[in-house]
Amino acid sequence: MYIYDAVDQRLVDERVRQFRDQTRRFLDGKLTEEEFRPLRLRNGLYIQRYAPMLRIAIPYGLLSSRQLRKLAHITRHYDRGYGHFTTRQNLQINWPRLEQVPDILAELAEVQLHSIQACGNDMRNITSDHFAGIAPDEVVNPFVWCEVVRQWGALHPEFNYLPRKFKIAVNGARADRAAVAFHDVGLHALRNEEGEIGFRVLVGGGLGRSPSMGFAIREFLPWRHLLSYLEAIFRIYNRYGRRDNIWKARIKILVKELGPEKFREAVEAEWTHLKDGSSTLIAEEIERIESRFTRPAYDRLAVQDDVPENAWAAPGFRSWTKRNVHPHKVPGYAAVTLSLKKTGVPPGDMTSDQMDAIADLADRYSFGELRVTHEQNLVLADVRSADLYEVWQVARLLGLATPNIGLLTDLISCPGGDLCSLANAKSIPVAEAIQRRFDDLDYLHDIGEIDLNISGCINACGQHHIGHIGILGVDKNGEEWYQIEIGGNQGEIHPGARPALGRVLGPSFARAEVPEVIERLIECYLARRDSEAERFIDVVHRIGIEPFKERVYVNAHQRPASGGRQLAAA
Amino acid sequence: MSTLIRDRRPAADSWQRLNRNPDGTLPALPERGPYIVPLALWVEQRAQLLERPGPLGVWLDSHEEPEAIAPDVARLDVIAVNFPKFQDGRGFSIGRLLRERFGYTGELRAIGHITRDHLYYMEGCGFNAFELRDGEDPQEALAAFNDFSEAYQASVTRPLPLFRRRG
Repeated sequence: MYIYDAVDQRLVDERVRQFRDQTRRFLDGKLTEEEFRPLRLRNGLYIQRYAPMLRIAIPYGLLSSRQLRKLAHITRHYDRGYGHFTTRQNLQINWPRLEQVPDILAELAEVQLHSIQACGNDMRNITSDHFAGIAPDEVVNPFVWCEVVRQWGALHPEFNYLPRKFKIAVNGARADRAAVAFHDVGLHALRNEEGEIGFRVLVGGGLGRSPSMGFAIREFLPWRHLLSYLEAIFRIYNRYGRRDNIWKARIKILVKELGPEKFREAVEAEWTHLKDGSSTLIAEEIERIESRFTRPAYDRLAVQDDVPENAWAAPGFRSWTKRNVHPHKVPGYAAVTLSLKKTGVPPGDMTSDQMDAIADLADRYSFGELRVTHEQNLVLADVRSADLYEVWQVARLLGLATPNIGLLTDLISCPGGDLCSLANAKSIPVAEAIQRRFDDLDYLHDIGEIDLNISGCINACGQHHIGHIGILGVDKNGEEWYQIEIGGNQGEIHPGARPALGRVLGPSFARAEVPEVIERLIECYLARRDSEAERFIDVVHRIGIEPFKERVYVNAHQRPASGGRQLAAA
Repeated sequence: MSTLIRDRRPAADSWQRLNRNPDGTLPALPERGPYIVPLALWVEQRAQLLERPGPLGVWLDSHEEPEAIAPDVARLDVIAVNFPKFQDGRGFSIGRLLRERFGYTGELRAIGHITRDHLYYMEGCGFNAFELRDGEDPQEALAAFNDFSEAYQASVTRPLPLFRRRG
């Protein structure tokens, strides 16, 4: 965990005081709705379909057990006893009362949490690799750099009213678990031949209604220049990003309209003025921030113990370790993913009681620390191998041990039309219908790794463009339909499939047909894969989408089994 | 009448602002008195304006480029920057450029849709004068300069970022 110093704490406290005053002025009629809106957004408060939604920032997904207990208390006391973990590693609560929000923020500040810039046209919460610091393939620990950038972007005097929201992701491992190519700025930390840290800087990636992949504006930006270079990018965007049309206001549109080369020239020209200025980072500052992160006190003897031999006989334990347990760079330790994707529970949802129980689990088995993944699960990052069996037993009692991490039912979904006022269609019932269709664990494991993402509208909060299978809710004459894409890929996890945006398969489907369509895509994949090691995405990238298209649309009537009903495409 | 704050105090305003005519044409500049003229008028009549006795002011709209007056900042007594909407943040960058890059030291005034909620950030970007929107109590608004007691970043008010000011 990063531990606040006195200044960090003071700023968060002062922010609460400021927002309390702004809320009071709004309720007294001294601020108009139009004026209050950007102010409340900058404090995480969004108006949803039925009620306000408060988004709580969990910087780079890192959470302490103490913080999780506080979230349990807040969801219980101010909300309806549950919260929703999002694809941006945040927590959303869906039923707070406006006049109580300042109190909620004050409670968050007590445990070094906040909602600063959780919504609004500003620099949002920074996301990162949920295995940061422990992954065997890590080159640079991204958390330190996330915190450096978090501080720089927090309450920035110049960049608080950008044309549109601005999302940054930092990755520091060989595999990209942070989807850096799909952020306004993606930072890929690496080391040059001399061992110095620097960043591959990608700009203009994003999802939403005009999905695009970021382009590399710098192949190696030495770490000292990180903030001055960001300042140059932000300034060009703040000055020239479009403000006339909210749908064309993201930086990706500016990059596209100028052309990547022109954009790069503009940034470089601005940077000549800022380079080597006072924002140039110094080693002392990096060391200072590094030293404020607590590190687990690993037991060197842990390597001598392993999972007790008799544990393997327990039905279900082996498949859980196969899917939900991940390698750790310290011998004798492993990372555990607690699945929030149990069939029947909206993806990412967690009750207050579960939060308390998980906090206890983290205290007992993982140094009191947790990570939120952008796949909407929680990770205990530092579990002794010898404790895995006990952790599994507790997780199972809590309903958090579904052995499906990385598999089809570990799907990502936005809250959709059940809660969100932007949504065209519901997404949670679709998620559940798919999970029910694929409830056979052996079949699920046989299908292997696959990302399935569902968004209830074109804003793409469920990141459907980068799902190997992406489902998008669309509105046709007031009816809910679902468009399906395949071939999207969030980042290079295994050597092979490159980051990519999905391609639309064809006409969309009624909700009831979606599970059947997914089934056919899977059947097509299973028939075409050259081995069990070849994943769904690898096959799509190898053979293209046509065979899948054919399977879903053209040959629909030739299929003998499973339902037999012809798909009515609309 | 909006209310002016200058250097963290409510202040009287001796300046008048000249706007474009409703048809988009530029108005004639009255013979006397300190006026803040639109950038287009400055660009068109720069030579005459520099001859004119008395103080000089220019205002920029949020989409206009401060580079256009960069060579002349030493001759100007007031530069005003318009924030046409509560959420239009371009003026923040304009302020910093005028102060940090072009070395402007005179009055830098924020005009347009300004409430106390902007003051802290605007001051960080070099503004020292603020025309508050109607209905804002200037006395109450003064407290907003102290919304935050510290900042991480380098700015006009804090040329060194926090990490270079730590002991």
